[in-house]
Amino acid sequence: MLVRFFLMLREAGVPVSLTEFLALLEALKARLGTLSIEDFYVLGRTVLVKDERHYDRYDRVFGAHFRGLEQALAGPDARALPEEWLRRMAELELSEEERARVEALGGLEALMQALRERLAEQAGRHEGGSKWIGTAGRSPFGAYGYNPEGVRIGQDGSRQRRAVKVWDRREFRNLDDSLELGTRNIKLALRRLRRFAREGAAEELDLGGTIDATARNAGWLDLKLVPERHNAIKVLLFLDVGGSMDDHVRVCEELFTAARAEFKHLEYYYFHNCVYETVWKDNRRRHAERIPTHEVLRTYGADYRLVFVGDATMGPYEILQPGGSVEHWNDEAGSVWLGRLQRAYPRHVWLNPEPEQRWEHVPSIGVARQLLEGRMYPLTLAGIDRAMRVLNSR
Amino acid sequence: MTIRFAGTERYVATDDLTMAVNAAVTLARPLLIKGEPGTGKTQLAEEIARSLGRPLYEWHVKSTTKAQQGLYEYDAVSRLRDSQLGEARVHDIGNYIVKGRLWEAFASEEQPVLLIDEIDKADIEFPNDLLRELDRMEFYVYETRELVRARHRPIIVITSNNEKELPDAFLRRCFFHYIRFPDAATMARIVEVHFPRLKQELLKEALDSFYRLREVPGLKKKPSTSELLDWLKLLLAEDIPPEALRSADGKAAIPPLYGALLKNEQDVHLFEQLVFMNRRATR
Repeated sequence: MLVRFFLMLREAGVPVSLTEFLALLEALKARLGTLSIEDFYVLGRTVLVKDERHYDRYDRVFGAHFRGLEQALAGPDARALPEEWLRRMAELELSEEERARVEALGGLEALMQALRERLAEQAGRHEGGSKWIGTAGRSPFGAYGYNPEGVRIGQDGSRQRRAVKVWDRREFRNLDDSLELGTRNIKLALRRLRRFAREGAAEELDLGGTIDATARNAGWLDLKLVPERHNAIKVLLFLDVGGSMDDHVRVCEELFTAARAEFKHLEYYYFHNCVYETVWKDNRRRHAERIPTHEVLRTYGADYRLVFVGDATMGPYEILQPGGSVEHWNDEAGSVWLGRLQRAYPRHVWLNPEPEQRWEHVPSIGVARQLLEGRMYPLTLAGIDRAMRVLNSR
Repeated sequence: MTIRFAGTERYVATDDLTMAVNAAVTLARPLLIKGEPGTGKTQLAEEIARSLGRPLYEWHVKSTTKAQQGLYEYDAVSRLRDSQLGEARVHDIGNYIVKGRLWEAFASEEQPVLLIDEIDKADIEFPNDLLRELDRMEFYVYETRELVRARHRPIIVITSNNEKELPDAFLRRCFFHYIRFPDAATMARIVEVHFPRLKQELLKEALDSFYRLREVPGLKKKPSTSELLDWLKLLLAEDIPPEALRSADGKAAIPPLYGALLKNEQDVHLFEQLVFMNRRATR
């Protein structure tokens, strides 16, 4: 049984190894915990998962694997809803009339079944209303409600902790690295960029090391060299602004600006939807101060890395047709300009904040990807990683 | 072995944290702790040592720390100096070996607790250099050709702030726990532990405005448990009445002494702006 759980974890992308699996068995053998399923959940997480980014995946696998099983395992103190107790409560507490109403809802079994289904449907905490489980409502489920056949869930202490199983609440969802960038993981993304910027292995004299080695040598000179850390990366950033993109662009801009010290040069320009013959540097004066794209092409050499940030969501004609721009008349199609930039900067990527699964359904993203020869990556930690690897390869 | 950690009178440990600590202690694995800053990661080691009655060795890691420094250092410079002064002790290299924290913990008379604090601050290779030492609990001193072995396997607590990724080989040897930001009920318990005579209403008001502040979108650094405790200390010292935390319209009050909660001028600025806007809206 646990072997399957182990394999499912690996399939879900939690990097567990045999060492950890054996450690878990060892922990079980040492009788840690009271063998309730909650304890096992925590123990398994402690031993098997080594990164909070994988907590959410663990939760999902755990939920999938142990659903149904908990009923069989539930001892007298299990926090899963003890049916016996409920039944007795129902017999003791309910009047004839109320019992009739429970029957009207299909009897206790039906009630419990409906509860399970709703728990499965319901994602967050809920108050009021008459369907969802939560507090103070008229739904049959939840604490402090008015419904006589209500199932009281989580009436003492930390309420939210009981009504839904810990692993079904999936609280670590926003720690997963396939999520788009937010304020928390921006720091991590920055670190990826820094690693990207620190390349180069020229050697320089390590003065401290040399003195130390010389002293160890009792005064004989012993030269030490270390690889020089220099930031040789130059970055040209093209950001799509206007409309739904602004939030993402801001995140991305902050990201690169924060990493700025690590780059030798960082230049950024704005465009709307697709690149045409002009771009601009100041959003407030975008109509007054435009810079010809040709000038950009002339100014920066081929050693710059080009990063586009945009959702590439527009009408396909905005890329493919002359005059396709929604803002002005463009003599040459966006694809021509895109092609020029690509040729001028062989190392280029496009970061797209749209979730990757949606890309297939947007024709213009398909067009852009084709033009970019597949070098489009989602704006997530993992995506940035992949993009930086492409930028670094020759 | 039946030692059990269950929090102390000064430290509130949630059930899952307790479980993680006990698993690590029983199976003699290092425990890696991560979590938001100010959730008591470093304190945990102190409290484990305290509740189990064990000596605590702390090794605070900096960006320049090398793994070797935790084992021992060979003070070559003073040996060089001694050799020029013609001291007799220069002939025994053992005189110039300075023990590191790990060695001290290994040499401890009873099982110690060893804290390796902020391991992510060090160089990326740092954890890798400690693999064998943490695994086998022994290391070799080349200068004196001596094998140092732990007398009692220390209970090792390692904290990380996620500044660097830790290598897989290292992670495989550790147990891991992520300290979540406490919910309101746990927080009330934590405050209770630190300020036992805090008036109930002040506590409630303070917690309310604290969580409201954490909800403010766009804050660069959300206030954490340690900041809440500092702030409460200030409120107590200044003898601020609970009413001061509540504004007339029930929301959008600037909490007094909020400098203890917000540590960043942009955040303070943002917050003041939000409050200002809110006031105009409710007027």
